[in-house]
Amino acid sequence: MKLIILENYSQASEWAAKYIRNRIVQFEPGPGRFFTLGLPTGLPRDHPESYHSFMWNNFFKHIDISPENVHILDGNAPDLQAECDAFEEKIKAAGGIELFVGGIGPDGHIAFNEPGSSLVSRTRVKTLAMDTILANARFFDGDLSKVPTMALTVGVGTVMDAREVMILITGAHKAFALYKAIEDGVNHMWTVSAFQQHPNTVFVCDEDATLELKVKTVKYFKGLMLVHNKLVEPLYSMKEMGAERSQSKKPYSD
Amino acid sequence: MPSNKSVSDAPIVQFTNCRILRDHQLQREDLWVREGKILNPEKLFFDEKGSADVQLDCKDSIIAPGFIDVQINGGFGVDFSLATDDFKSGIELVSQKILSHGVTSFCPTLVTSPPSVYHQVLPQISVRNGGAHGAGILGAHLEGPFISKEKKGAHPEHCLRTFEAGAFQDLLATYGSLDCVQIVTLAPEMRRSNEVIQELTKRGICVSLGHSVANLSQAEEAVQHGATFITHLFNAMLPFHHRDPGIVGLLTSDKIPAGRRVFYGMISDGIHTNPAALRIAHRAHPKGLVLVTDAIAGMGLAPGRHTLGQQVVEIDGLNTYIAGTKTLSGSVATMDTCVRHFQEATGCSVETALEAASLHPAQLLGIEHKKGTLNYDSDADFLMLNDSLYVQATYIAGEEVWRQDALGM
Repeated sequence: MKLIILENYSQASEWAAKYIRNRIVQFEPGPGRFFTLGLPTGLPRDHPESYHSFMWNNFFKHIDISPENVHILDGNAPDLQAECDAFEEKIKAAGGIELFVGGIGPDGHIAFNEPGSSLVSRTRVKTLAMDTILANARFFDGDLSKVPTMALTVGVGTVMDAREVMILITGAHKAFALYKAIEDGVNHMWTVSAFQQHPNTVFVCDEDATLELKVKTVKYFKGLMLVHNKLVEPLYSMKEMGAERSQSKKPYSD
Repeated sequence: MPSNKSVSDAPIVQFTNCRILRDHQLQREDLWVREGKILNPEKLFFDEKGSADVQLDCKDSIIAPGFIDVQINGGFGVDFSLATDDFKSGIELVSQKILSHGVTSFCPTLVTSPPSVYHQVLPQISVRNGGAHGAGILGAHLEGPFISKEKKGAHPEHCLRTFEAGAFQDLLATYGSLDCVQIVTLAPEMRRSNEVIQELTKRGICVSLGHSVANLSQAEEAVQHGATFITHLFNAMLPFHHRDPGIVGLLTSDKIPAGRRVFYGMISDGIHTNPAALRIAHRAHPKGLVLVTDAIAGMGLAPGRHTLGQQVVEIDGLNTYIAGTKTLSGSVATMDTCVRHFQEATGCSVETALEAASLHPAQLLGIEHKKGTLNYDSDADFLMLNDSLYVQATYIAGEEVWRQDALGM
């Protein structure tokens, strides 16, 4: 794995954004050649805080993506399991996920794969842990009875199939989860630890998130920042891609 | 990009690189329009999987809802209180010219006139949507003749009337028809005014208090019976007095029925009201302030003599007086000038200044679900302005109906 440690939330976000941009540009997407970006799903539709609104306001309205190329799990589908199975098919049809970007919960879950989720699980209906429900209550005016107790989610196995995984972790409250994810063993109680067995993982975090890590670990990865920063500098653009094609090799591999 | 819209095939226009006035703030968002209405792009994206057919770069303009002028007596040589043969073409001319001032809807106003004028003119005014031909007409504003003699201002005394005898029936007989009437200004101290106010309100007509010597309790009673507007605050009414604030006291009255708001018109041309008075009113009741021009026939023309119904007025710069007197009579200010002056005099935000000319008049007339905002599904009547609040382009129902050309004309 690559562990990228930045000073704070904004720097971590910016590094991650630049990395994703470079990956997309280097992939040279085009008609029929899709860069499939995977993201975890969340709340039900038609809610101002719904995942659709969140994605629209924070991502889709700023880019020129075609609506047909957006696939969001539909929590209102008549047959939820069929909806999940169809989602897995769509991923296959698009050529598999090129890059999956996600965060982790304080309990170390990736997407809604709560502690105890199978590390080979696929897209399915998942009951939410009390912690997650409490965390989501803020979107429902603090009324616990209004918070959904189930969600559709991609499975740990689904994410493991992606060609690359990027996990963003910021804040002191995530520090213990990060420790469990990378310094402890693979364990279904901390589902994000499954990515220790993925060939291509990038963890991007801020200083606060490293509070539970060994000093040795943090020093080691901070020492690699010079090399890691080559992934985001230079910043590629689609127009320049023709000339850069010969220089698109990664500086080193895991 | 091919569009794949399930709801309608009409073209979708996306206005980009702009700041739009929404939720009382200027936000950096795109404005989407389809079939003359503001479109919700999120619904379009997820529900219809649709996208824009045309994208227009607004070069960082401000986009605000079109201005609504609820008190305008004429302009460009046209006087709405004169029953001429070419009255219809006169109203068309004004509605077309005011597009360049940012006005997308207006209420042609008639000053106190003899019944014959009302009977001839009112049937020629019809409520109609705006477009390339001109601003939309929301209905007539009848200012008088049921007003006070002492505060007649520029209105002709011999045409003043009362409705003591037959109350509402007298009013109906005077005007002839109330079909296209949106606002009536009257003096609430007149006998039987409360009955009349109730009848008018029942018919959906907005009642405004003005040209009156009413005290605060008379004004409050009128509001309790349905009045919701004050015609050009401070002008043609008793001045504020600390023991009887008069009509001005409505701004902070505690006798307003719950859930209702009293709006008040202000002519912010720098002449009708001292900027300090404008600031006092704005600070006392900011959400009720409605900018109006009270423009007369001479607006848009060179200084000189023009008519205002049965009177002759003289224009000298921005000042308009009844010929030979010092009695103010309407203004020659344009709506966009009023917005700019209001913003400068009060130091308020751009958003507040723009809302005083768009959202507030729409709220007054109860049409804010379709006019006066840039909310989804509202009529796409909007303006592109630069940072100094000069109108660069006017749009009605999503179509450009006026644009500032390079020569600045």
